[in-house]
Amino acid sequence: MASMAQAIRMALHYGETKLGVTDIFGEDVGPPLGGVFTATQGLKTTWNSPLDERGIIGAAVGLASTGSRCVAEIQFCDYIYNTIDLLKLAGNMCWASNGQWNFPMTVMTPVGSGIRGSIYHSHSFDATMTHIPGWKIVMPSSPIDAYGLMIACLKDPNPTMFLKPKALLRVRGDELIPGEPENEKELRDRIDAPLGDRSKWKARWPEGLTDYTVEIGKGKIQREGEHVTIVTYGRTLPLAVQAADQLKSENISVEVIDMRTLWPYDWEMISSSIRKTRRVIFLNEDTEVTNFGEHLVRRTVEELFYDLEARPRLLAGAFTPGIGLADPLEMASAPQLNHIIEMAREVANERA
Amino acid sequence: MKTQVKPSSGGKHLTNVKFKLAQEQLIKIHDLMLTTRMLEERMIKMYKQNEGYFWLGGPGEEAFNIPLGLQGHVGEGLDYDFWHLHYRSSGILLSMGAEQIDFIRQMKNTVTDPFSGGRNFCNHSSIRKWNVLPITSTIETQFATAIGSGIAHKRHGGKGITVVNGGDAGTAEGEFASCLIWSSRPEQKLPMLIIVTNNEYGISTPASTQHGETHIADRAKAFNIEAKVINGNDVEESWFAIKEAMEYVRTERKPYFIESRVSRLYGHSSASGANFQPNEVDPVVIFEQKLEAAGVLSRKEMDELREKKAADLLEMQKQVREEPMPDPSTIYDYTYFGQKGKYW
Ligand SMILES: Cc1ncc(C[n+]2csc(CCOP(=O)(O)OP(=O)(O)O)c2C)c(N)n1
Repeated sequence: MASMAQAIRMALHYGETKLGVTDIFGEDVGPPLGGVFTATQGLKTTWNSPLDERGIIGAAVGLASTGSRCVAEIQFCDYIYNTIDLLKLAGNMCWASNGQWNFPMTVMTPVGSGIRGSIYHSHSFDATMTHIPGWKIVMPSSPIDAYGLMIACLKDPNPTMFLKPKALLRVRGDELIPGEPENEKELRDRIDAPLGDRSKWKARWPEGLTDYTVEIGKGKIQREGEHVTIVTYGRTLPLAVQAADQLKSENISVEVIDMRTLWPYDWEMISSSIRKTRRVIFLNEDTEVTNFGEHLVRRTVEELFYDLEARPRLLAGAFTPGIGLADPLEMASAPQLNHIIEMAREVANERA
Repeated sequence: MKTQVKPSSGGKHLTNVKFKLAQEQLIKIHDLMLTTRMLEERMIKMYKQNEGYFWLGGPGEEAFNIPLGLQGHVGEGLDYDFWHLHYRSSGILLSMGAEQIDFIRQMKNTVTDPFSGGRNFCNHSSIRKWNVLPITSTIETQFATAIGSGIAHKRHGGKGITVVNGGDAGTAEGEFASCLIWSSRPEQKLPMLIIVTNNEYGISTPASTQHGETHIADRAKAFNIEAKVINGNDVEESWFAIKEAMEYVRTERKPYFIESRVSRLYGHSSASGANFQPNEVDPVVIFEQKLEAAGVLSRKEMDELREKKAADLLEMQKQVREEPMPDPSTIYDYTYFGQKGKYW
């Protein structure tokens, strides 16, 4: 099975051959490296940019203004903060021009903890990004969703933000992407750049890749359950699934929703699940103060208060200036499996 | 960074004025200079009469902006020029064919404002059919977005170029450096005309107190970009500098930098009173003196033209007064392309 990095690469290949993508660019995105997480190896429209994030986002806006559909990468979301001005602009120019202009551009950037990245390779970006109107924001938790969400981004006429959960980029899926070779080694041989000299190497893309699309705005129920709903995305999704599986032995039945799209999000799915279980935890790893999950808690309280049997909870990252490098520090700063299990148990057992 | 090229006197007793441009071209430029100046002055009056919340614009930049707009290749798509402009660009757009009344609409923030539907300040134009990107208040971001259409123009070939302009103080922002870096990469030079209109101020702060470089254009030279400092208060000097620059960019497909020394005739904006600044050189006055001395137009003809334009503008203001304000139910419209109403 493909890893998420390979899935993104295949979707981008489909994009540049079938969906009119003209430019995939950013720091070290082109040859020889093909991205620090290998997500852009072997593609024909990739190129390396100057080390200039504001230039990168500006270039993407300008390319999009000409109708050139582009994908810009910010190497780590920790370094996207100096572009916020330009992200706001990309998100407001359709509105500011009263619908005249549109900017078909995708920005992708690795987010979150999980690779012992210390202070500047562990940031999350969902809280900040969901505060910028005019974008559609997605974050997959599996290779097949990464493929389908990327295809959806590449078809959208608006700016789209594709957040890549760093910790999951090398994790293999358990579902074949349509057109993906069944044999993992064959896929590697075809699309992973070799070590050493790559100057003559060319990817041999699987021929049967398709238009497989995960619609923006649609979540996915990853585990059905009765007693408590966990709403999450990205790195913490597989942890929530593990928590659900472990809690079965305690007769706690957990429903796990993968939001997949952060904005505009699938409130219908979330609210009907909460109406069913009457208990909810919003889970993500961005810092907890003015966290996107707080918005979801607010909406839950305002719209579903009388459906609830327990206080709605937010389980998120500690509000610290960064994630410390040492293992005990990272474990204590971002939600881990044990935190999720404890909170799910607590919420499930809270007296109505 | 005191100016050396700004003319110090209006040149009142001119003799022997010879123009290189043809007579009808001079008349057209003069007409557009008045169209621009009087529009700005009308909008200042609107501000003072409480018919608009805020004014800022480009009176004092006409001698440069009209020749720029007139020499643009105007149309939609990469065969034509892309424009990444700032808020002193009405002269450029009027020379491209924009209508005065649309600026008045934006000043009055009526729903009929074709640039922003009443959402943005005056002189924050947006004209997609002419590749004019939405003008934004964020200083210097246009120098970053211009990179992208520059890349697209390079790939597309042909004669279309990317034009970007901004003020002198804004060059301290990172995007200015981005623009110089990205437009001059070896083997990937971009067909961009990069313009800084230098009026020697950022709101209240004199450039001389913040900038050590002799000329802003020297920074472009460091990237091997062709660069020139010109007197933007002189019509013909501007015309031929822009002509040379545009020809170079259109054919060589490489960047060219112009630092144009201009006036700021009504101060920064309405925030600083929008009052006439008698110490600044007035390019319209200079041009009219020359036109008169050369026998192109008489004082009487020019006065009559002014009167006619003033009357027309008053009519436009009256008309716009009757036009509707945007409907509050539309606040969410076009957050996304083609979308109307609340979307979440
Ligand atoms: C990024 C940013 N910072 C500050 C401001 C506030 N501001 C508006 S205009 C201006 C001065 C700009 O001066 P300059 O670049 O010389 O252009 P000019 O207005 O003189 O033409 C400032 C500081 C802004 N709009 N954007």
